[in-house]
Amino acid sequence: MRLTTAGTPLGFSRPVVGRIARSGGAADLRSESIRVLNEPVSPSDVVGYRALLTKLRQSELGPLADAAIPIIHSLREDDHLHDDYIVFVQPSSGFVRTVYRPDSTHNALFLTERCSSNCLMCSQPPKDKDDTDYLFGANLELVRMIAPGPDYLGITGGEPTLLGERLLTLLGSLRDSCPNTHVHMLTNGRVFAWPTFTRKFMAVGHPSLTLGIPLYSDDPIIHNYVVQARDAFDQTVMGLHELARWNQEIEIRVVLHRLTIPRLVQLAEYIYRNLPFVARVALMGLEPTGYTPRNKDKLWIDPVEYQDVLEQAVEFLSIRGMNVSIYNLQLCVTRPSLWKFARKSISDWKNIFLPECTKCGKVDQCGGLFQSAERMHSAHIHALPCDSAAATIQDHAVQNAR
Amino acid sequence: MRQFYTIDTYQNAPEPYHLLPFRFLRLDPDRELLVTDTGEYEIAPAGTTADLVQGRIKQHSALHKTLKAKQFLYDNDSTALLGVLATKYRTKKSFLNGFAKLHIFVVTLRCDHSCHYCQVSRQTEDRTMYDMSHETAARALGLMMRSPSEDLTLEFQGGEPLLAFPMIQWTVGRAKELAAVHRKNLEIVICTNLAFADDEVLRYCRNEGIKLSTSLDGPAFLHNLNRPRPGNNSYELTVEGIRRARDVVGAENVAAVMTTTRRSLDYPVEIIDEYVKQDFHSVFLRPLSPYGFAIKSKHRTGYEMARFLDFYKKGLAYIFDLNRQGVNLSEVYAKIILTKMLTPYATGYVDLQSPAGAGTGVLVYNYDGDIYASDEARMLAEMNDHSFRLGNALTDSYEEILTSDAMQRLLSASCNESLPGCAQCALQPYCGADPVFHHATQGDLFGHRPTSGFCYKNMEIITHLFKLIADNDRETMRTVFSWIRGLNHADLVAEAPACV
Repeated sequence: MRLTTAGTPLGFSRPVVGRIARSGGAADLRSESIRVLNEPVSPSDVVGYRALLTKLRQSELGPLADAAIPIIHSLREDDHLHDDYIVFVQPSSGFVRTVYRPDSTHNALFLTERCSSNCLMCSQPPKDKDDTDYLFGANLELVRMIAPGPDYLGITGGEPTLLGERLLTLLGSLRDSCPNTHVHMLTNGRVFAWPTFTRKFMAVGHPSLTLGIPLYSDDPIIHNYVVQARDAFDQTVMGLHELARWNQEIEIRVVLHRLTIPRLVQLAEYIYRNLPFVARVALMGLEPTGYTPRNKDKLWIDPVEYQDVLEQAVEFLSIRGMNVSIYNLQLCVTRPSLWKFARKSISDWKNIFLPECTKCGKVDQCGGLFQSAERMHSAHIHALPCDSAAATIQDHAVQNAR
Repeated sequence: MRQFYTIDTYQNAPEPYHLLPFRFLRLDPDRELLVTDTGEYEIAPAGTTADLVQGRIKQHSALHKTLKAKQFLYDNDSTALLGVLATKYRTKKSFLNGFAKLHIFVVTLRCDHSCHYCQVSRQTEDRTMYDMSHETAARALGLMMRSPSEDLTLEFQGGEPLLAFPMIQWTVGRAKELAAVHRKNLEIVICTNLAFADDEVLRYCRNEGIKLSTSLDGPAFLHNLNRPRPGNNSYELTVEGIRRARDVVGAENVAAVMTTTRRSLDYPVEIIDEYVKQDFHSVFLRPLSPYGFAIKSKHRTGYEMARFLDFYKKGLAYIFDLNRQGVNLSEVYAKIILTKMLTPYATGYVDLQSPAGAGTGVLVYNYDGDIYASDEARMLAEMNDHSFRLGNALTDSYEEILTSDAMQRLLSASCNESLPGCAQCALQPYCGADPVFHHATQGDLFGHRPTSGFCYKNMEIITHLFKLIADNDRETMRTVFSWIRGLNHADLVAEAPACV
């Protein structure tokens, strides 16, 4: 699924956030909208829009080219820009990023590309330029526009906590504008080791917030190596304990690869002994994008090779009453005893199935693959016969919902 | 694009590692057990402890990583995470929060039974001599409400407390009024032989949310031998009482405990079968306590601890067999110790904790107003040993009772962290202190561990449990965690990886 496109910016210097309108509407309803144009119109027809997006060339714009309105022309594609989608339009690059789709359950606020870690398998490699102010302003406007908000909203990056006080402002805005929205924020959790920050963070009092925090090993050396940061293990573990003091709901996220698999069972024990307060442990297949292909030699292990270890870790946690889930693994490469822990975890916009999957009897229950896995996936992907296993998975989903 | 660093960047040059507090013992000729203050353990080949303390564990080896993760040692690759260790320790000791939660009211010593092992009961029709007065009960309730805990348990014992049913009714009514004022959550239990639990009593218990705990010593021949009463029909009355009680107050509110006598020792299987037959899901294989008539009539009920341990292990093995056959039955003592061994959580069992539960976890208000640190302490008093009488509800204040000489003597011997023989014991985090027991059996609060029945019993049972779980057998661990979590086996299996 396409979420980004670009064209040539004209006549503006500040980023614009707006809701897509593919056809004209009453002038008084245009104040939050960005109009997609297929043909030139008179400047008087676009009064009130926040911006115009069009595939037309500059030469085809006619008098519009001189209208006092931000324009992206020569847009590469516009088919994916549906009515009511919300987009960020960037002035210098002409970049148009879809940031909110009302028909999706996988929306997330993207707060920054900066990060204090540099994980070997990062799917969204960090950049060092400071984008926090621009994205903060745009996201604040986005939150205002989506009120009263969807059932679920992610917060991601980069590392969202790098926004500092601005993150608290944003969370406060979500708390007030979208009071019934469950927010799931991905963070490396390191900054929560500082009690003063954690106290301020918790003082926001968001009513329904989960933090997804990665822990890759019970061995500080391995964890620090994976995240490419000294002291990260200590900071994350201390951060988790600070958050637990405030009863913050936490999901521990473990990415399964060649560096984390050897001590996965020991990690399960570490979590149970040291972090028994976490609401969920997610054991996650590798997303082969970003840095991952570059570090393939260090990271890659075919999922079929670690099913023994995975089953031991799941057994360990589940009989102790820890809520454990498996993300991002296909059923055909997951041991059937573990299917009931498998979740459809891949966001809709990057979720694919392979040609082989069309012959599979369990494709409806399977979470499929990352789009990026087209070129990097298990050598054992195969069609499964149809049987009654579906009932088991659904039963478990019902249990989890309770 | 940022640069990646090799793993060497994140591990420092080898330097001697540092030890954190731990204890150890030899489990058998081939294996050692190493245990931290928070109860995390490692079962390792013989010689590991010597290697560890002499700095010979190879840095970055798998064992080194494991011992570091379990906080036996730390090194310069990371901080010791002492804050995390402190939190884990605090969690293990969280049973101390709120101080004494269990308050036992002995409303009468009168009883229809004349059990050989009973310490306190009286056969008399005289209602004035051995019954608690309203004034005493009122004063005792006032003291109970001073306990800082929000959750309090009011437990009626005797004698047979239902012989003083009007006193129970009065006390419950007053307790509920006071609990509302003091914002306490009240749980109420009556320990009864059920012989007098008629429909009126049971309906009252149901309406007031009162739980019942009764005695079931095994099959009829054994139960009736242990628990004589006129008509020799204790078993029949108990079983019938359990049935009626379940009908009225609900099965989940009716529990049973057994007492092991010398006669019981030959019948572990029969006793357990009786509990299964009566549809109980737990059985507590308790040794006979060395108090009261139990000591006086040693020739009939006393026995060597070794025989009890044999009985216990046979019984436990049989219970595991039953679990493998799909029967949901836990053994309570094993469940308590396994919870200490295998979880980061605390247990609230007052007879196996440090500081000991006597006085800190439980207070007993005797019929005459005398206050004791535990049920065993008042049994000693019935033998004219008043060492653990903390005061009297009619004359002493809460402060006087809890700072009494008796209480302070007790507390001085209540922490196994500082008791000779316990301080260095690997099993200390799973065990407890029992000054009342050691006073009764050895004439010394602190006790002499090598000859202590308490020590012998717990060392044996705890190491036995370690050997049971050492090889991490899947079915054994599933059974163990179904007990720890209070789940039916099927419900636990439903949460675990499927059998396919």
